Amino acid sequence: MSGTSMTTRAWLLMLPLLAVMIAVIGWPLADTVGLSFTDAKLVGTAGNFVGIDNYVKTLTSSNFQRTLTTTTIFAVISVFAEMVLGVLAALLLNQQFYGRTVLRALMILPWALPTVVNATLWRLIYNPEYGALNAALTQIGMLDAYRSWLGEPGTALASLIIADCWKNFPLVALIALAALQAVPRDITAASLVDGAGPFARFRFVILPYLAGPLIVALVLRTIEAFKVFDIIWVMTRGGPANSTRTLSILVYQEAFSFQRAGSGASLALIVTLLVAVLAAVYAMLVRRTAGSTA
Amino acid sequence: MERKSFLFSFFIHACALLLAVIILAPVLWLFVMSISPAADLTAKPLVWWPQSVDFSRYATLLSSVENSAGAAFVASLTNSILVAGMATIAALALAIPAAWAVSRTPSVGWSLYMVIATYMLPPVALAVPLYFGLAHLGLLNSVFGLALVYLTILAPFTTWLMKSGFDAIPREIEAAAMMDGAGLFATLRIITLPLAAPVMATSALFAFLLAWDEFFYALLFTSDLRAKTLTVAIADLAGGRVSDYGLIATAGVLAALPPVVIGLVMQRALISGLTSGGVKG
Repeated sequence: MSGTSMTTRAWLLMLPLLAVMIAVIGWPLADTVGLSFTDAKLVGTAGNFVGIDNYVKTLTSSNFQRTLTTTTIFAVISVFAEMVLGVLAALLLNQQFYGRTVLRALMILPWALPTVVNATLWRLIYNPEYGALNAALTQIGMLDAYRSWLGEPGTALASLIIADCWKNFPLVALIALAALQAVPRDITAASLVDGAGPFARFRFVILPYLAGPLIVALVLRTIEAFKVFDIIWVMTRGGPANSTRTLSILVYQEAFSFQRAGSGASLALIVTLLVAVLAAVYAMLVRRTAGSTA
Repeated sequence: MERKSFLFSFFIHACALLLAVIILAPVLWLFVMSISPAADLTAKPLVWWPQSVDFSRYATLLSSVENSAGAAFVASLTNSILVAGMATIAALALAIPAAWAVSRTPSVGWSLYMVIATYMLPPVALAVPLYFGLAHLGLLNSVFGLALVYLTILAPFTTWLMKSGFDAIPREIEAAAMMDGAGLFATLRIITLPLAAPVMATSALFAFLLAWDEFFYALLFTSDLRAKTLTVAIADLAGGRVSDYGLIATAGVLAALPPVVIGLVMQRALISGLTSGGVKG
């Protein structure tokens, strides 16, 4: 078959997918761009063209700046903790101990739990009157009186981060474990003969094998954490006093609770742009590690 | 590795025990809440293990008595299965031909990377126009409308997985069949698709789990039992004034059961799918 007819055939086979993607992603995204320059409401009038007013108002509002900070704190701390805990758990699961196979299988549990179920579970655990955390901490004497973990601005974000970490670090562990199992035995044996201590062995022998998969996990998790909505909506709805409000929650409130479709759209595009920057960094990092290991 | 001391082995076992407790305690507690009498769950000090095990909430939620908590739960369970099932089938139907075409004709690959890049888009960037669009088509609060919206997530993801699956099948096998006189579609049906069956199964499971887990679009685009999915029903329970925490826990256990079973049974395939997709992407 000739090159051109093969290309034509390929386009024909891709046509249904591309048509649907244009309908459900391309067109809505273009429409969001259009909306972001208007003062359209969710119901009623189509809105008037207002230029870049929405962007100026959003970028200079203290609400946006505070929400951006909250989102960054949530993303950086939870992803960092997930990476560290994940690698530690993977190093452990790569050792020999009784019940290793069972424990490896159990690691899939938090990942498999639907996000909303995980959020609901932790909401019950943190319950200010009857929650298991309050009960456990009081019974072992670490806490004098029950606390409202999700109800106080000082502890709400930290409590959310713990719930998010619990769900996501096991997946990092399983990805890191798969990479660890690819480290050839004779290399670790040779490093032992050469007298490398455990830290030198981790840094120079094991880490190069982990780097590629971990960077992929790192950036995919960062992008997801930056877009976070579900766990926060179910556990705190962004409260108390907006202390756990992330960017996606802010867009939801602006566009759907306050029904300001136009300014909601501009906010959504700013979030998209921030995620795109993260994605570009991702592509760069992956290319660099691929180049250094090849 | 051979020089393991007793102390080191003790340390490893202690750490393993700690990890097991961290992983299991919250999941077990969800289950214990679901079988504890309501009074135990609000007792002070808290009762950690029920005196009498109570499975009645499972019967309550799975009953179909009209206007009961059960009817609402069963309706949302049905909606979740319908939406996730329809979206998965549609996503695979779109993804398979496209992924095969890109795998065999690299010159059109750039269009696939554009499709995959959309996976990074935050759903909030599409939500308002999708809301207007569904309203215009009369598809708000409909399982069909929600399944259509889920293609925004499922189609790029399955195309990505299917493409790396087709890449692993040597094109020489297809060429040999065509040389023997088989047409394109016969070759795909007899040779390629059977070889790609494991990847198709993994992609379908991933897609189903993604749709089962989805909350944001379901929250926006459904409003009552005609289309509300399980995730929205559970969030309603958790945020509402339900006095029996055990009932919320039971709904959670039931919603978690399908993905947990799939996860435990398919662990190896899921992890290899995730890592290969992640590294090659």
